[in-house]
Amino acid sequence: MRHILSILVEDEPGVLSRVAGLFSGRGYNIETLNVAPTLTEDLSMMTITTEGDEAIVEQIVKQLRKLVTTLKVVDLTGVKSVEREMMLLRVDAEGSKRAEVLRIVDIFRCKVVDVSLDELIIEVTGTQDKLGALINLLQRFGIKEIARTGAVAMRRGMQE
Amino acid sequence: MELTGAQILLESLRREDVDVVFGFPGGAVIDIYDQLPNYPLRHVLARHEQGAIHAADGYARASGRVGVCLVTSGPGATNAVTGIATAYMDSVPVVVITGQVPTPLIGNDAFQEVDIVGITRPCTKHNYLVKDVRDLAGVIKEAFYLAATGRPGPVLIDLPKDVQQARCEYKYPKTIKMRSYNPTYTPNPKQVAKVADVLRKAKKPIIYAGGGVIASTAGDDLVWLARSQQIPVTATLMALGCFPANDSLWVGMLGMHGTYAANMAISHADLILAIGTRFDDRVTGKLSEFAKNAKIVHIDIDPTSIQKNVPVHIPVVADCKSFLAALRGHLEAAPAEDAPAPAERHAAWLGTVAAWKTEKPLTYDQNGGAIKPQYVVEVISRLTKGEAVITTEVGQNQMWAAQFYQFLRPRSFISSGGLGTMGFGFPAAIGAQMACPDRLVIDVAGDGSIQMCIQELATAVCYDLPVKIVILNNGYLGMVRQWQELFYKKNYCATCLDVAPDFVKLAEAYGAAGYRVTDPAQVESVLAEAFALPKTVIVDVVIDREENVAPMVPAGKSITEMILV
Repeated sequence: MRHILSILVEDEPGVLSRVAGLFSGRGYNIETLNVAPTLTEDLSMMTITTEGDEAIVEQIVKQLRKLVTTLKVVDLTGVKSVEREMMLLRVDAEGSKRAEVLRIVDIFRCKVVDVSLDELIIEVTGTQDKLGALINLLQRFGIKEIARTGAVAMRRGMQE
Repeated sequence: MELTGAQILLESLRREDVDVVFGFPGGAVIDIYDQLPNYPLRHVLARHEQGAIHAADGYARASGRVGVCLVTSGPGATNAVTGIATAYMDSVPVVVITGQVPTPLIGNDAFQEVDIVGITRPCTKHNYLVKDVRDLAGVIKEAFYLAATGRPGPVLIDLPKDVQQARCEYKYPKTIKMRSYNPTYTPNPKQVAKVADVLRKAKKPIIYAGGGVIASTAGDDLVWLARSQQIPVTATLMALGCFPANDSLWVGMLGMHGTYAANMAISHADLILAIGTRFDDRVTGKLSEFAKNAKIVHIDIDPTSIQKNVPVHIPVVADCKSFLAALRGHLEAAPAEDAPAPAERHAAWLGTVAAWKTEKPLTYDQNGGAIKPQYVVEVISRLTKGEAVITTEVGQNQMWAAQFYQFLRPRSFISSGGLGTMGFGFPAAIGAQMACPDRLVIDVAGDGSIQMCIQELATAVCYDLPVKIVILNNGYLGMVRQWQELFYKKNYCATCLDVAPDFVKLAEAYGAAGYRVTDPAQVESVLAEAFALPKTVIVDVVIDREENVAPMVPAGKSITEMILV
């Protein structure tokens, strides 16, 4: 099963390597990984999506907590959370294709961030499913390149 | 007061009550060595960095204090890696200081540069590259704190040469608090209550003790639990000595080369109290067959050890000593009035376990003219009354020492358990002798592994350390040969050591004493003479060449499937 882990770490050299090394050294899988600063100057947030059964994910979470540079690990799978990923696509949009590509862009609430004679760069944000669906649809026009951020996620606020 | 980085390091070591540093100099640590004579630290100059790190490790295991190792950059640091990994696998508190090329050269493939922080990341508890001298005092404080607390382990500090030379105002932190590191010492009271409850109901309980019992100085608490509740005790290689081997509740070591009684008892128990241990594959054998009938209670300070290999019914994250104290509180506070006494409740079980012990004890064929290695260890045990510090190399020598020496107290058995590092025993004995100058320290060695750090004879002689090395010499890499015999159709490829040094002459060449024994009748008298000699001694005992370690559980089999002789 896919799990999204939110990991709060000290922002210091080598921390990414400690986390990545933990995954490779113990044979765990990293599907996506995202690291960025937080509001606190010396802390970073990592979001890792990984694959594994309950026992493996329990080990992953415990091993991550054991790293001296880790403050907090939350498994967002199973709690109410929002997940988003951003992607840039370079799509072939020559001549007659262009109108149809732009229609899809509109339906998916994407943004066109670069236009040239024969192609468009499209920015899209959403869940992994949405991004997958868009790739599927645009594939027949010719996707030349994609760049994805990997998932970021956050627990939802209390509803009651 | 303003100090250089080198002075800050040494002054901080002094404040951490370090009395001895095991090291080997080089270009990137000359500044530290230049200042060393000005501080009240003894330095033990090893003859190879691997010797230095194993000695620091042996010192830590024998004393319970943090061992300190100082080596230079590049090859000095990489030579120490085997020893760092050894300490990591066995949770030994060691602080390793490595020199590094000056910060402006880092990343330039400079002379004797290596990314030792990168290399040791997976085999240290934590590590640091100090780029600013103002961070140094705090890093040293953290390093000692991390090494010794929680689940102990090695911590490495990489110190560039220019940082050693730079100056800053020195202030050593008195206390320390790290927001991202807070090991759990005290057990959850609810979990302890559950343990007390299942323990009262158990009919066939067993204690399975690990190195955590020794690390947390919980030996006496364990003895109390076992005796007051009448529970048989088995232990891992790492925990030998945590329970006296002459007690009737002792069933011996368990696992691949464990006793018949221990493996049978853990397999038939209805309750396993696993204390400070990690269900290593050498202990459990085939996991799906392990302890199928038992409720498992697992106490460990490291949450990653719990539920890693076996499903646990009652997990308790705690320091062994705190847990045992809390459990004692429960057991003493509420003795149910009508409950039968533990001795009564467990009577049938204790009888069964005792029968297993007498039915198939550890044994060996005592006939024939050759010296049996098991006999040699028995003689060592008898001569030293179980009071020596025994270190071992790795392989058959290690298992025979573990099986046939009667360990009576913690920190008497020092052996590379997790990593299985050949060459560990002799330098570890040097470290142990530094820690315990008044105790007899004996390295039970094989002719193969002793040659891996034999150069440390110079160190032992140089510091007048009366370490004894007893080589169980069979002219083979014996444990691998045993596997080849049993599982590889006797294809003794690369395990016969045809060419070996004359160990007696070698000892003499280094200024130590050497004896050779070939006659069983002389084993006792020669060992007695060697142990009485106040100097470094090698006793080369020529043993039965193809003697095997038994019992043996073949890899991947259930631990009840033992090859007995």
